[in-house]
Amino acid sequence: MPSPMRLVINGETRDVDAPADMPLLWVLRDLLGLTGTKFGCGIAQCGACTVHLDGQPVRSCMLPVSAVGARAVTTIEGIGATPAGAKVQKAWLDLEVIQCGYCQSGQIMSAAALLASTPTPDDADIDAAMAGNICRCGTYVRIRAAIKHAAGSQS
Amino acid sequence: MGLTQGELSRRSVLRGGLASGLLLAFHIPVGGAQQAAADTKGTFAPNAFIRIDPTGKVTLVMPQVEMGQGVYTAIAMILAEELDADFSRVVLEHAPPNDKLYGNPVFGIQATGNSNSIRAFWTPLRVAGASARALLVQAAAQQWRVEPASCTASQSEVLHGASGRRLGFGALVGSASKLTAPKNPPLKDPKDFKLIGQSLKRLDTPRKVDGGVVYGIDVMLPGMKFATVAASPVLGGKVGQVDEGAAKKIPGVHKVIVLDDMVAVVGDHMWAAKRGLEALAVVWNEGPNAAVSSAHIWDELRAASTQSGAVAKTSGDVARGLTRGAQVEAAYELPFLAHATMEPMNCTVQLKAGSCEVWLGTQVMTRVQGTVAKLTGLPPEKVTVHNHLLGGGFGRRLEPDMALSAVRVAQHLDGEPVKVVWTREEDIQHDVYRPAYRDTITAALAGDKIVAWKYKVTGSSVMARWLPPAFQHGIDIDAVDSAVDMPYDIADFQVEYVRAEPSALVTGFWRGVGPNNNVFAIECFMDELAKKAGKDPIAFRRGMLGKSPRLLAALDLVAEKSNWGQPLPPRAGRGVSVQPSFGSFIATVVEAEVDAHGDVRLRRVTSAVDTGIAVNPDTIVAQLQGGLIFGLTAALYGEVTVKNGRVQQSNFNDYRMLRMDQIPPIEVHVIKSGEAPGGIGETGATAGPPALRNALYAATGVALRHLPIDRHALAAGRNT
Amino acid sequence: MSALAGGRGASRGALQRSLLVLIALVAFVLGALLWWLRGPGAMDFARGRSVALADYHAAEPTGMPLSLRDADLVARGEYLARAADCMVCHTTPGGAVYAGGLAFKLPFGALYSTNITPDKETGIGNYSDAQFLAALHRGVRSDGARLYPAMPFTSYTYMTDADALAIKAYLFSLAPVHAPARSDALWFPFNQRWLLGIWSWLFNADHRFQPNPTRSPEWNRGAYLSEALAHCGECHTPRNLAFALNNRRKFGGAVTAGWRAYNITSDAKTGIGEWNDDITATYLAQGHAAGRGAASGPMGEAVDESLSQMAPEDVRAVVTYLRSVPPVVAPDLPAIRPSPADASHRNGPLSADAQGKQVFEGACASCHSWSGVSALSPLATLTGARAVNDPSARNIAQVVIGGASRTPPDGGISMPAFGSVYSDAEIAAVANYVSGRFGSRGASLSAQDVAEFRRQVSQ
Ligand code: FES
Ligand code: FES
Repeated sequence: MPSPMRLVINGETRDVDAPADMPLLWVLRDLLGLTGTKFGCGIAQCGACTVHLDGQPVRSCMLPVSAVGARAVTTIEGIGATPAGAKVQKAWLDLEVIQCGYCQSGQIMSAAALLASTPTPDDADIDAAMAGNICRCGTYVRIRAAIKHAAGSQS
Repeated sequence: MGLTQGELSRRSVLRGGLASGLLLAFHIPVGGAQQAAADTKGTFAPNAFIRIDPTGKVTLVMPQVEMGQGVYTAIAMILAEELDADFSRVVLEHAPPNDKLYGNPVFGIQATGNSNSIRAFWTPLRVAGASARALLVQAAAQQWRVEPASCTASQSEVLHGASGRRLGFGALVGSASKLTAPKNPPLKDPKDFKLIGQSLKRLDTPRKVDGGVVYGIDVMLPGMKFATVAASPVLGGKVGQVDEGAAKKIPGVHKVIVLDDMVAVVGDHMWAAKRGLEALAVVWNEGPNAAVSSAHIWDELRAASTQSGAVAKTSGDVARGLTRGAQVEAAYELPFLAHATMEPMNCTVQLKAGSCEVWLGTQVMTRVQGTVAKLTGLPPEKVTVHNHLLGGGFGRRLEPDMALSAVRVAQHLDGEPVKVVWTREEDIQHDVYRPAYRDTITAALAGDKIVAWKYKVTGSSVMARWLPPAFQHGIDIDAVDSAVDMPYDIADFQVEYVRAEPSALVTGFWRGVGPNNNVFAIECFMDELAKKAGKDPIAFRRGMLGKSPRLLAALDLVAEKSNWGQPLPPRAGRGVSVQPSFGSFIATVVEAEVDAHGDVRLRRVTSAVDTGIAVNPDTIVAQLQGGLIFGLTAALYGEVTVKNGRVQQSNFNDYRMLRMDQIPPIEVHVIKSGEAPGGIGETGATAGPPALRNALYAATGVALRHLPIDRHALAAGRNT
Repeated sequence: MSALAGGRGASRGALQRSLLVLIALVAFVLGALLWWLRGPGAMDFARGRSVALADYHAAEPTGMPLSLRDADLVARGEYLARAADCMVCHTTPGGAVYAGGLAFKLPFGALYSTNITPDKETGIGNYSDAQFLAALHRGVRSDGARLYPAMPFTSYTYMTDADALAIKAYLFSLAPVHAPARSDALWFPFNQRWLLGIWSWLFNADHRFQPNPTRSPEWNRGAYLSEALAHCGECHTPRNLAFALNNRRKFGGAVTAGWRAYNITSDAKTGIGEWNDDITATYLAQGHAAGRGAASGPMGEAVDESLSQMAPEDVRAVVTYLRSVPPVVAPDLPAIRPSPADASHRNGPLSADAQGKQVFEGACASCHSWSGVSALSPLATLTGARAVNDPSARNIAQVVIGGASRTPPDGGISMPAFGSVYSDAEIAAVANYVSGRFGSRGASLSAQDVAEFRRQVSQ
């Protein structure tokens, strides 16, 4: 049954009426109109739906909204406000990573979380943080380069 | 254009089928240009592609769709180059559906595919830009009472060098609109290009880093409902009984729609729709396909491939030629594949009395419009199609089916907008699949030269369904595209095609289209012949590329850059492939290794490409990098199989993708060239698989002749 | 010579005597062997004396839980059928419920479950009450043929006639489904059903539940539920040479249908001895408990289709019974590692398997997290799960191959199946990596092990 819930998303408080088991992905997209977070698989295999909960990357397609609680949600629409997020966005454009772009919200969210926790990641760190994000256009080579570029750049 | 659409499409496709250099005869539709001019007030619209308003804002209309291949940026660069517009300030607009104004010269309809956007529009866009510039220059010259020849244009301004006077384009739109366009305006000499050839930043990417871009699936409308659909799991099955009870109980479910061949659940959000669909108890009438399985489809295909086919190309006397040396024969097989665009199929519809609006990302604007008009009985002009950036196309969005089913859902609502989104499972299990092919090649080897070559392609004809006028004399020009466009000099040569339609599955275009199959068969066979001839694969090919200097140059460059011939660890190997496909000349070397279990690890990929004038070199590199990964993914994992009429793959757990941590360094070397631009978007998908297969052949001696790569065969040292 | 001649008659007598002794000896040894093979009964561990149901005067241990006593016949049958978990074995994935056809892969061939819908031709529509009872209590089919013990009649034999016939009434209330039985594929001599007559004579107690007055009424209810209905022992108790339950190691753990049913005795280290009643009750009712991981495979089905449908007091009763079973040590099982793994991929597992890590980081980490504590669902948390603390890594490999779909009352979730495109070597590698990263001892599966696991699953 729908029940009122209070979420903090990109610093704003949003009240939603949603079934407890409704994944955060659909709450963001369909109820709140935050469509930057993408649906790709629905089974935590592609990473397109990645958002941050208190800075930790999670797959919103399988996260029941009732499990979010008081944790701060950050989406692609808000990630630019974080230092790591801004760096990543700039690096993505500097190195012209993006093709169709559909996976890139998730790629950027995963990369931003990586840089926030590991400011100068090596290849193993990048693999561990990024292998869960599929890019059908095959932008992986540039994603790796852009993460290193962002890590090298000053904020 | 003076031609009916059928004629145009057939003629140009036939030429398009034979790849590069086509379309020099194409003229931009001047009649269309005036229409465009007429319907925009105070704006200078010299043709369908360019609009300049009195403030000087330059709007460029995109006849082709952006699905990641960077075509918006490239088209804008070509227009702005000849127009001398300030590129940093151009504004892009999706073209509305209009075959007359924006039809792709190759297809004759407004379609984006076959990697031909730049090939097809290169000249028309340059002419469009140049004629607009000529009009603006003429307008300024008249105002200043000077010779047009004494004026130049740059950065959206016309300048009179002698007097130093300058006028912005905006100030000239009024007077320029009154002038008539010159017949054939002078085009720039490529050495004077300021934009073309630069790796300029893409215009579509800035809004892709902050979630700002709106794809079809992101459309939000007031009062919108959300729906998801399910067709029969057994392909072609029909709905039997449906028990709506449980579905209706799901919170947020608004309506259950039962059609003859599909069911849909409409809800307040996708979650309600999805859960509702899961809760819906549907008994399907499975129909004849319930008996179909992959094994039986392959049997049919193999049987069909023994017939002799329609001759697509012949030169010399292949029968005699085959007696002139040692005969070698092999058959190669490619599986059905799904597209799995990252953005699942979706379409948003608002159907009102007397009008219909649809929102989606499509490669075929007018087809969507036409299909919807036909279904709803509305005149096409009452069907508004809003196109969007595409979250991947790869050929999947050359079909209007997602719009069709969405409108059928909307027909059961009361005018409220509905967004229909397919689950990934539905997307993979109800795709139009890349055909399975079986190719048989017989060649005669005399010394280290191939003297005769008989090549038969057997498979489904996508063309016959998708563009019937292009299917002539039993030949699918796409299915044999790179077979007839053979780069090697062989005197006695023949290509045949056998059309064999599979049970159950509908086939469609898939990134790399026909050449995917042709290049795989040709390049794998070349390596097997090289081995028979006791020659190094690159040396063997070099000896027969005399008539393809551009390809030879690419091959030599890739040999050098890939350290061809340098020692490698055991069970590691390098493989090469070359291709003249899509008007680009590409040589690729893949380095890979195989472990004891037959699992494959990619070590390195190197490509050298001559694509003619590289409009945006960085985009060329990006497209090859991505395309190679797309092709390698298919070679390693890609296969759609059918059991009891059902597609067995469903999502990324069983329709597997290469991931970040499996990707080797990929180098792409772009060769400078003054030739007309070739296509690039699909070339990597075509280049990767044969090069990988040949690397495994070199590493293990196992001749894989069937994709995807069979680990067990590699482990057991058994040919497939 | 004469001595020889004289000795003849005497030696004949001696020969006969020793022959008799020999026969007696053989008979005795054989008997002893059979007696030993037969071993103790399912509830003998409880000691004390057991009495006939009629002579037991405490709270009724059979039938319905108190809270549902006044349900009608069919409703009772449904509750009991669920408690007896008939559906899981008599339904194929995606197939019609109770229509049978599920294949049980045995070392000596395959068996198929039968159609128990009331279809007269292919189901049990023609079964009389007596015939139904014969099947449940004695493993005898309506045509007189013997059933294989894959049908747990040695457990159902404890069920009262009233409860069995309530189940029949429920089954007969369902829509008949026409689904002919698939013919079994067993090798000789295992395809000789008549041999099962001897087997049953030896191993089927063939008597109804006998309460044990020296134990609490709740214990007796739990015993009835666990033995006569839920038949826990059929998976959790190892089998002897004759494929019968070896109650000397009751609930000590066994491999069934390719999955490992773990030690559920009160052994602290290798069983569930350190679980308290609440944890155990939660696990049975939800299929997962904080810090104890989640059930998957056959146990996941048992929870979703059976245990989670039981009345709370019945779950409690099962817990009481379960926790009274004496500890048995599973020698190969280490103590459970209670603490999560490091949140960073760097501080890695015991077995630093590069291929396993690669599969994990691509396909698993998104849901299970590097720490093993899932950010998405308690059912996806690996910390504390026995499966990752099992050096055989069997259940990890099975869940990777076949996936898991759980529908507990507190919210369903499923894990996709990776078996079709991930190689045996990759699956072995990731199972080893997961066992090493989240478990206390790690594992060393080979690609061949995984290939073998694939063959053993019921389908
Ligand atoms: S949509 Fe969530 S991981 Fe793919
Ligand atoms: S950019 Fe298209 S899917 Fe990644």
